[in-house]
Amino acid sequence: MIAENEEYILELLGKGVREHDRDRMQYRDIKIQTGTIPHAEGSAMVDIGNTKVLVGVKLDIGTPLKDKPDEGALVTSAELLPLANAEYETGPPSPESIEFARVVDRGIRAAGVVDTDALFIEKDKVWTAYVDIYVLNYDGNLFDAGTLASVSALLSARMPKYEDEKVIREGNLGKLKTGGIVTSCTFAKVGKNILLDPNANEERIMAGRLTIANDESVLRAMQKGESGSFSYKELTELVDATFDNSKRLRDMIKGAVGD
Amino acid sequence: MEGEKPQLMINGKRTDGRMPGDLRPIKIEVGILKNAEGSAYLEWGNNKVLAAVYGPKEAQPKHIADPNRAIIKCRYQMAPFSSLEEHNRSGPNRRAIEISKVTKEVFENVILLDNFPGSEIDVFVEVLQSDGGTRAAGITAAAVAIASSGIPMRDIPYAVSAGKAGEEIILDLNKLEDNYSDADMPVAISPRNGEILLLQMDGSLTKEQCEKAMQLIIKAGETITKVQRAALETRYL
Repeated sequence: MIAENEEYILELLGKGVREHDRDRMQYRDIKIQTGTIPHAEGSAMVDIGNTKVLVGVKLDIGTPLKDKPDEGALVTSAELLPLANAEYETGPPSPESIEFARVVDRGIRAAGVVDTDALFIEKDKVWTAYVDIYVLNYDGNLFDAGTLASVSALLSARMPKYEDEKVIREGNLGKLKTGGIVTSCTFAKVGKNILLDPNANEERIMAGRLTIANDESVLRAMQKGESGSFSYKELTELVDATFDNSKRLRDMIKGAVGD
Repeated sequence: MEGEKPQLMINGKRTDGRMPGDLRPIKIEVGILKNAEGSAYLEWGNNKVLAAVYGPKEAQPKHIADPNRAIIKCRYQMAPFSSLEEHNRSGPNRRAIEISKVTKEVFENVILLDNFPGSEIDVFVEVLQSDGGTRAAGITAAAVAIASSGIPMRDIPYAVSAGKAGEEIILDLNKLEDNYSDADMPVAISPRNGEILLLQMDGSLTKEQCEKAMQLIIKAGETITKVQRAALETRYL
């Protein structure tokens, strides 16, 4: 099956086209919806083509990290749910899901999306923001979908109150204090071609993957994955392509969170 | 972000006296573990890293075998006593699992896996003492261990990180610099063709700073590659 798929994708690329007539540097349709899960402090559903990712944000009382006693904490996890893809299995987190969560986490952290200083309560007591990424349908490019959904969920999250040693999650609440907006662009190398926003068929035969996350002014995180390689020249071109694409992604987030 | 951030650059020099583009001293010794098919012990500044390779051997369990090529299993781990800080719990944490994955992908690129269908090659990296840049040290050591085992490779990759202290781009961050730098970018390169085999980054870099960091990393390859080759030649010539 993989062999047939590989031939088909490569045949298309040989003619200079991708499935569904996409350009090499073109995203599929992107949809962002916030507030999908009203019980969660923040939530967002993101569709990129047939890839569907849900993020829920919860805030709980916790203890600070030892090296950051004056800040709240951020914990990002990802679940590649078995219902999302025939190849996903139940069991402990796979290296793939751990890498995915950690790359999204690094972008969010580096860009200061969550103001962790504002999550400090008192000595040894801080808020922990849990970002849980649920992959509901896999059709490639989880990294960009996960980042869009995580940032949208955080930017639209409400801030619970802590009064008389109790957490108040309902009623008249303010918003979670946030800072910058980070987005990512993921590229797949298939043969000699480099494709933005790879779908599942393209990812199954890609040699290498490169994810570049940035905000308005700087690079915030990068991750190369799989066994294939990228040249220095390709890296610099893909950094440019990321900056070119990211404004539209940031605007989509702003639109979805009502800024 | 951090409270009392130490100054990483004083009068153009780093806290350990290095210039921005300087590497720490690197030493590699080949073949010190007798049971392994290949092994290397590396000291890189205060980092002390052991790498060993076993195989190619029949892939276990059988269902993970690939009938067309060898698979690589890789485990990177930090010893519980390796840091100056508190005892680390042993066993793989999320960081180690990610590093093991990207390390494995580096070697999938250079080992001639097609030569060993149905087999597995095990690559172990044990960090005995850590002082920043352990994934790069581990890849650099493992590359030598694999080469010394005789497993055919297209190239002997090396790895090193670059980062940013204030607005200065610096090479080969030590632990203090790693903790307080404004960016960290570990990279592995195949020196034969300059291809990037591992690239990670977090923090804040402009495009120009990213390019400067890459250039320092590429330049450092000359030195690191020389140390790797000298270690192999001492052993086998």
